[in-house]
Amino acid sequence: MSAVIQHAEAAGLEAHAADFPILARPVRGRRLVYLDNGATTQKPGQVIEAERTFYRESNANIHRGVHWLSQHATDLYELARERVRGLLNAAHADEIVFTRGTTEAINLVAQSWARANLKPGDEIVLTSMEHHSNIVPWQLVCEQTGAVLKVVPITDAGELEPGAYESLLGERTRLVALVHVSNALGTVNPVREMVERAHAVGAVVLVDGAQAVAHQPVDVQALGCDFYAFSGHKLYGPTGTGALYGRRELLAAMPPWQGGGDMIRTVAFEGSTWADPPQRFEAGTPNIAGAVGLAAAIDYVRGIGLERIAAHEAALLAHATDALQAVPGVQLIGTAAVKAGIVSFMVDGIHPHDLGTILDSEGVAIRAGHHCAMPVMTRFGIPGTARASFALYNGERDVAALVDAIAKAQRMFGTRSDA
Amino acid sequence: MTGAHGGGIAHADLRELYQEVIFDHNRKPRNFHPMPEADHVADGHNPLCGDQLTVYLRLEDGRVADVSFVGHGCAISKASASLMTEAVKGHPVDEVEALFRDFHALLTEQAPERDFGKLQVLAGVREFPARVKCATLAWHTLHNALSGARETAKTE
Repeated sequence: MSAVIQHAEAAGLEAHAADFPILARPVRGRRLVYLDNGATTQKPGQVIEAERTFYRESNANIHRGVHWLSQHATDLYELARERVRGLLNAAHADEIVFTRGTTEAINLVAQSWARANLKPGDEIVLTSMEHHSNIVPWQLVCEQTGAVLKVVPITDAGELEPGAYESLLGERTRLVALVHVSNALGTVNPVREMVERAHAVGAVVLVDGAQAVAHQPVDVQALGCDFYAFSGHKLYGPTGTGALYGRRELLAAMPPWQGGGDMIRTVAFEGSTWADPPQRFEAGTPNIAGAVGLAAAIDYVRGIGLERIAAHEAALLAHATDALQAVPGVQLIGTAAVKAGIVSFMVDGIHPHDLGTILDSEGVAIRAGHHCAMPVMTRFGIPGTARASFALYNGERDVAALVDAIAKAQRMFGTRSDA
Repeated sequence: MTGAHGGGIAHADLRELYQEVIFDHNRKPRNFHPMPEADHVADGHNPLCGDQLTVYLRLEDGRVADVSFVGHGCAISKASASLMTEAVKGHPVDEVEALFRDFHALLTEQAPERDFGKLQVLAGVREFPARVKCATLAWHTLHNALSGARETAKTE
C-alpha cells in the first residue's frame, strides 16, 4: 500500500473522534489529547447509548426468569457472546466465557485449568514482557501446585531472545502464557509460531490479548491458541467487561473456580453438579449491561474494520516514532521490528512522572511509570517510562501536541537549549 | 480535577509546582551522599513511581547533628528530600517531627500558621494530588529513621 493511500485512510479514521463525546471536553483548559489508550480507551456514543438503552428498556436478570423481560435480557446477553465469538473467530459461542476483564480471565485459567492439571516440577513458560496480570496468577498457582516458572528473556530492542523460547520448552512444559502485544514496549509477538512450538511439546497456550483485540484482527483458530483473554474497556467497551476464549474440549474438562448461582446444574448438601461451559465459569449475576455495551463496541470496531484500524495505527506509529526520534534527548524503549501503536520513551534529565505532569498541563494524557510490567523496567534498568498509546481516533495533530509538550518540559527543566 | 475545564488554570498551577528552587535542588541536591557514621538510617520506596531513597541521620543531645540522603526519583521527590535536609539540620528532634506534621498538612489539608521557609515552595503540590506522595516520601523516611522503624517507608 502506498503512503498516500495510508495517509488518506488515516484522515478518514480521525473523523471518528466525533463519535467519542469525551474527546470534545477540554482538560486543563486545552483540547484533550488522549494518548493513554493502553490503559483504557474512550467510549463511543454507540456504547454509552447501548448500556443506557439496556437499563431503560431491557433490564432483567438472565437465565432464570420465566417472564418476557428476563428472556429478552438473556437473548441480548447471549447475542453479546455471539459478538465476541465473531470478533475472535472462535468456532463456537460456548467457547466464550464472560469475565470482568483480562485479569479475571487469566485467573480463571490459573485457578481452574492449571490448579487441576499441574503437578510439582511442571513448568509454565512466560516471557519477560508480561503484564503483572500474566505473572502473578501463575506465581499463585505455582505456590499451590509446586509448578515452576520459566521466563523467556528479551533483547535490547524488546523482542524475545532468539532461540530462548525454544530452549525453554521441554517435556515438563505444561503451559505457555504469553502476551500478544506488550503493553510497555509495543512488541507484537509471533504468537502463531510460538503456539505451534508449544503444541509440539504438548503444552497448552494462553494468550493475553488485552493490547491486541482493539488494534488488529484476531483469529483464535488461525493462531491455534488454547485460551485467549481480553478486556472490553480497552476495546472501546465498558469497564468490568471482558472474555476468555477457551477451546471446547479444555473448558469441558475444567472444574469451576467460583461457586454460586447460574454455574450449577443441581445443588444438594450432599454435593452439587456443574452446568456446562460457559455457564460453569460464570457464577452469579454477570455484568449484563456491560456485555451489551461490549457487543456495541465490537459492532463499532468491526463496522469501521479492524484491518483499517490496524493500518491507521501503523501509519501513526511510524509517524510518532520518527517525530519522537527527531526530538533531542528522547530515547525510545521498545524498538521491535513488529510493533503495535505504543511508544514508550525516556527524556534525558526528566523523570517520567515530571514529564507526565507537564504534559497533562498541556492537555496531553499519557501514562508514566512501570505500566504494571516491573520486570520490563528492571530489564532496561529504568524506574519507568513515559508511554503514548494510540487508538483509532488519534491522528498526527495528537503527535504534534505530544512533541510540543515534550519541548515545553525540556525548556522548563533547562535540558534543551534549542527548544 | 472536576469542572468543565478539568483542572482550571493549569499553567499557573504548574509554575507553582515547578519553581526555580525545585529545579535547583533537583540538579544540585544538598546533603546528597551516604553517611557511614550515621546512627539512624531508613529506606523509602514508592514502587509505583520507582522513587527510592535512603535517609541518614546522626543525632546528638536530641538534635539532628547531621542528615543526608541518596537515591533517585522525580524532581519533586529529589528536591523535597534536599530541602528537607536543609530544614532539619541542627534542629531538635521534637521540632523536626512537628515540622513533618505541619508540612504534611501544608500539602494535604489546611495549611498551618507557620513560617515554612524554603519548604513553602512545595505547597504547589497541593494542586496535584497524584504528586503528594513524591513530596512526602523523604519525610516519611526521615520519620522512620528517627523512630527506628525498620520497614521501608512508602507513601503510596
